[in-house]
Amino acid sequence: MAEVLLQANQVAKHFGGVKALRDVSLSINKGEVYGLIGPNGAGKTTFFNCMTGLYVPDGGGFTFDGAPLIADAPHQAAERGIARTFQNIRLFGNMTALENVMVGRHVRTRAGVLGAMFQNAATRAEEAAIRQRATDLLHYVRIEDRADDLAKNLSYGDQRRLEIARALATEPKLLCLDEPAAGMNATETEELRDLIEGIRADGTTILLIEHDVKLVMGLCDRVAVLDYGALVIEDVPAVVQKDQRVIEAYLGA
Amino acid sequence: MDIFLQQIINGLVQGSIYALVALGYTMVYGIMGLINFAHGEVVMIGTLVTITVAGTMIKAGMPVVLAGFAGLSASVLVCMALGWGLERIAYRPLRNAPRLTPLITAIGMSIVLQNLAMMIWGRNYMTFPPLLPKMDFEVAGANFTAVQLIIVLVSSLTMGGLLLLVYRTKLGMAMRATSQNPAVASLMGVNINRVIAAAFVIGSALGALAGVMVGTYYEIAHYQMGFMLGLKAFTAAVLGGIGNLAGAMLGGVLLGIIEALGAGYIGDLTGGFLGSHYQDIFAFIVLIIVLMFKPSGLFGEKTGDRA
Repeated sequence: MAEVLLQANQVAKHFGGVKALRDVSLSINKGEVYGLIGPNGAGKTTFFNCMTGLYVPDGGGFTFDGAPLIADAPHQAAERGIARTFQNIRLFGNMTALENVMVGRHVRTRAGVLGAMFQNAATRAEEAAIRQRATDLLHYVRIEDRADDLAKNLSYGDQRRLEIARALATEPKLLCLDEPAAGMNATETEELRDLIEGIRADGTTILLIEHDVKLVMGLCDRVAVLDYGALVIEDVPAVVQKDQRVIEAYLGA
Repeated sequence: MDIFLQQIINGLVQGSIYALVALGYTMVYGIMGLINFAHGEVVMIGTLVTITVAGTMIKAGMPVVLAGFAGLSASVLVCMALGWGLERIAYRPLRNAPRLTPLITAIGMSIVLQNLAMMIWGRNYMTFPPLLPKMDFEVAGANFTAVQLIIVLVSSLTMGGLLLLVYRTKLGMAMRATSQNPAVASLMGVNINRVIAAAFVIGSALGALAGVMVGTYYEIAHYQMGFMLGLKAFTAAVLGGIGNLAGAMLGGVLLGIIEALGAGYIGDLTGGFLGSHYQDIFAFIVLIIVLMFKPSGLFGEKTGDRA
């Protein structure tokens, strides 16, 4: 039995009368690539937002890495080891690519306000280490030559990569990718698949929300399907693909 | 010619003070979109604390240098605590309130602080103890004093230090990230409560320094002095593009020079009808012109709807 990293227990979220999530329970094992799919409006992103502390669930909750995940503020989820990218890219546009990644290092370093004002040796050493690690991460996602360009001037594919590098900078145990292949052509999607495989090989668990069914089925160890805010099925891709309810959800039969 | 040069020097000195105060407005606005109208009062309290501490020490016969240093330190510490307290007590509970609510609260805090200062220090004008030696220099027919020179030097160094802090350190990076997108910054692990508190604390420390400079320069202080100074510095921040650090610095210096030149020439221009005591109108003429023709200021970017 694999070790569970994230357990969602009957998570519910309502917006007015709309039930965006209806008692969703699922579990993500350490080291796997877990796919979360479903038609538009099925509640995938709402699930992400509840998990990372942007929304407070109306019912249920999460257990992460053996302890309850109570995120009053999103930075606490980041401290626990959950990082994410966004469906619609949200970089710090007026900062350089390198600086964007350096922000992600924030949570894993110590120096505070006083250190920043007085610039003692420890602070300077730490900042040098942050810069080095950020440079390494840009190299990892293969955009190191764009390090000093403003994030808003990067190409679309490079912005997606930069978001992944920024998320990796927080040293996540669970990396959540919200539609990373959206808007990518076949070549870019193929490169993305290699990148995700590499991240998994390095030991990071990945939660993948994606519309590209081919990518999800090829990459994921297990897949969960949401429809109208409720979990339809959670199983290995081969089973999910053949499930009658999934086919109905997607084809609207 | 020499009156022109003289007024440029005077404007530069006054402008350096505006710039320091304007930075306090612009840092807070840049990060959370709030115009902290109580900031002028923080500066005023910085001045009055220095009078109390340094004045008492000088009366007790201690060396002026020591008294000056103690006065400045006390003023910076009190103002930092005040800035932190303002954010914690008055603004943080309103973080998600409509934009107008914290703005009105800021005006309310300004009035509260003024009255508090009046209760502590009284209604009368107070004399600021002379902390710096009186020396005059002359260059090309224009005079300037040691005080003026030190004000310009210290504020330039401080502003350079602030730029380094914001563009070279981890805290500065977190501040810029928060100002661009607080939600995403917090998802990346930035504790935005601490970043916002830091903006208030650093802005207030700069305000305290400006308060000591104002006191040293004019040698007089009063519980209402923060109001006009705050409005002028706010104008400077708007002129430079509110939310932009370099803009606040340039806006402050420009406003100081515009005011000084205006005061120097208004008598000649109006045939003696208006005297130099009308100098305050120039700041607000500038404010109106900027708001009419370039509301985003010299360096500002277009922002969304913010009250």
